[in-house]
Amino acid sequence: MTVLEVNALSHRYGNATVVEMPAWSVEAGEPWLLLGASGSGKTTLLHCLAGILVPTQGSVKVGGTELGSLHGSALDRFRGRHIGLLPQRLHLIDCLSVIDNLLLAQYAAGLPRDAAAARGALETLGLAGRAHERPHRLSFGQQQRVALARALINRPTLVLADEPTSNLDDANCSAALDLLLDQASRSGAALVIATHDQRVKGRIERRVELAGGKVVSDMDPAAGQMVLA
Amino acid sequence: MNLFTLAVAYLRSRLLASVLQVLLLAIGLASIVAMLLVSTQLADRVERDTRGIDLVVGAKGSPLQLVLSSVFHVDSPTGNIPYAEAMKLSRHPLVKKAIPLALGDTWRGYRIVGTEHALVEHYGASLASGRLWSGQMQAVVGAEAARAGGAGGSPLKLGDTVVGSHGLVDGGAAHDEHPYEVVGILAPTGGVIDRLVLVSVETVWDVHPLPPGAVATLPGSPAAAAPAPTAGAAPARDDGHGHAGHSHARPAAKAGAKPHSHSHAPAHDHPHDGPRDSAASAGSPGGDVAGAGGSTKPAPGRELTALLIQYSSPMAAAQLPRLVNAGTAMQAASPAAESVRLNRLVGVGVETLRVFAWVLLVAAGLALFISLYGTLSERSRDLAMLRVLGIRRRALLALMLLEGLLLCAAGGTIGLLAGHGLTEWLARSVPALSQWALTGWTLAPGEGWLIALALLIGGVASMLPAVLAYRIDIAKVLARG
Repeated sequence: MTVLEVNALSHRYGNATVVEMPAWSVEAGEPWLLLGASGSGKTTLLHCLAGILVPTQGSVKVGGTELGSLHGSALDRFRGRHIGLLPQRLHLIDCLSVIDNLLLAQYAAGLPRDAAAARGALETLGLAGRAHERPHRLSFGQQQRVALARALINRPTLVLADEPTSNLDDANCSAALDLLLDQASRSGAALVIATHDQRVKGRIERRVELAGGKVVSDMDPAAGQMVLA
Repeated sequence: MNLFTLAVAYLRSRLLASVLQVLLLAIGLASIVAMLLVSTQLADRVERDTRGIDLVVGAKGSPLQLVLSSVFHVDSPTGNIPYAEAMKLSRHPLVKKAIPLALGDTWRGYRIVGTEHALVEHYGASLASGRLWSGQMQAVVGAEAARAGGAGGSPLKLGDTVVGSHGLVDGGAAHDEHPYEVVGILAPTGGVIDRLVLVSVETVWDVHPLPPGAVATLPGSPAAAAPAPTAGAAPARDDGHGHAGHSHARPAAKAGAKPHSHSHAPAHDHPHDGPRDSAASAGSPGGDVAGAGGSTKPAPGRELTALLIQYSSPMAAAQLPRLVNAGTAMQAASPAAESVRLNRLVGVGVETLRVFAWVLLVAAGLALFISLYGTLSERSRDLAMLRVLGIRRRALLALMLLEGLLLCAAGGTIGLLAGHGLTEWLARSVPALSQWALTGWTLAPGEGWLIALALLIGGVASMLPAVLAYRIDIAKVLARG
């Protein structure tokens, strides 16, 4: 099943084209890397995929739904239910406890609050004992796991991670990546990791590389092809 | 987890600022509530207690003091007037009703008033138990005085005795040798009579017997009057006693310094002689005094404190005050006019408090606005993340408004409760107010509007931050990191 389909997408600020992507499709459960240096347009593309930014042209389909056809509240609801975002700066809500951050994600998506599911998710990530603490009292690694749990709590079909390893040392980088891949595959979600971290490259074969807003390479081993622009 | 718990969580996260805003608003509203409660109750009391009293006649002095002491019973009297003079005036054709008052003593802070049954009738009071006084040393007690007064804090019963003490404030020298027997207790009226202890005029005279010197100053013996003023008249003026020559704590010099002694313009000799001189010049023979009396026995040299007068015709308003002020040594004061003056005096304080309260309310609104607006950029990442998680624009708008409204609802509730508590506390502990028998446990008119006003402040202060939150550009905020 195709979870993400991008067609002739381009986004401009004023006259400057920030990112262009002719075509891209991601199947359910597949992990992908979105590579590129800072300023290559990764974050803009990620925001277009997440339905946070409406691209100037082209279409993004998530789970068969054309994001461009959704407006206002409908888009907010769709994003909350079907897309999990793991931002680079995590953006945990610090005035809420760890478990309330997860319940907030359920509330925000218009889903019933399921405290058992939230506790289960925290337990899986080894955070059961920290459920009622404020996020700022946790280590960065723990905070990242809370953010991951929050991104996955509503069982999204697409998970987008923005530079998930940039603040981690080698050992933690590997562990975080393991966790991310493991959790995404468990929930059956397609995973797109936007990163410029060289350490991640060896772990995931499927990748799209951006440079100056354009796709410079697109490799899908399953399709047995490598496209060089 | 919902918008409400989220709003509360954000308010708690900036607890100090939140508490400060609630307090500012609460203090402002409490001031307004206290002001409303005090001013409406005072106005109400003034209106009720002056009803049916067109004129108060008493000793020369401050007309406001005369009205305060004889109508509202919250001040010391200006002095005394000769009984005969008062009785003569009460028979004037323009006078429909004249009620004598002999003041001076109090019982546990409740004033003992020597008067006639007409006073009870005038205030529309009825007996809750017992009967009206029929002889000496019998007292009828107002509802509030009775409730507060019995032994060990229990209400006063028929047959109990009360003992007067000197002056208006509790704790003066007690007349232990003169206990009154309680023969009647009045039902509550809500008016000033609830706080009075009523006895006959003669009873007041008996408790304060005339010294030989005063009796000697009868008409036609001006020579004998010479030693009297310092011994008799001056102390009488000082505390408003119904007799002269009582042994007194306060020096005569203080009484002599009072303005009313000097306002005795026509008579340059001592005050005691004034009334008789004036009476004589008005054409009344001095001997007539002895024949005056009405329901009370004629007693030469006796004095009253004041006379409450109701006119028999509208013409009286033009003639009677002039007649009294120019033709006698007494003064006439209009309760209505003095109430207006009182309102003007009190009004300055009330106005100051009002401005202060509004400044506080504006400050509370500004503090709330600054807090919500100032933390907006810091909160923008949170707000953007809420949107990413699926929270809708209008829910962010609602969240910000909810925070402002919650603070103001808390401030409004605390402010209103505090305003009532503050009024009750002031009414009990500030001596000048306690005599007015105010209470905090009643609703002030327009209190509902104050809650609406508090919420309006919250709504207005959080409107702009709410709109900005509504319009937040998620992608830009998240890209900034």
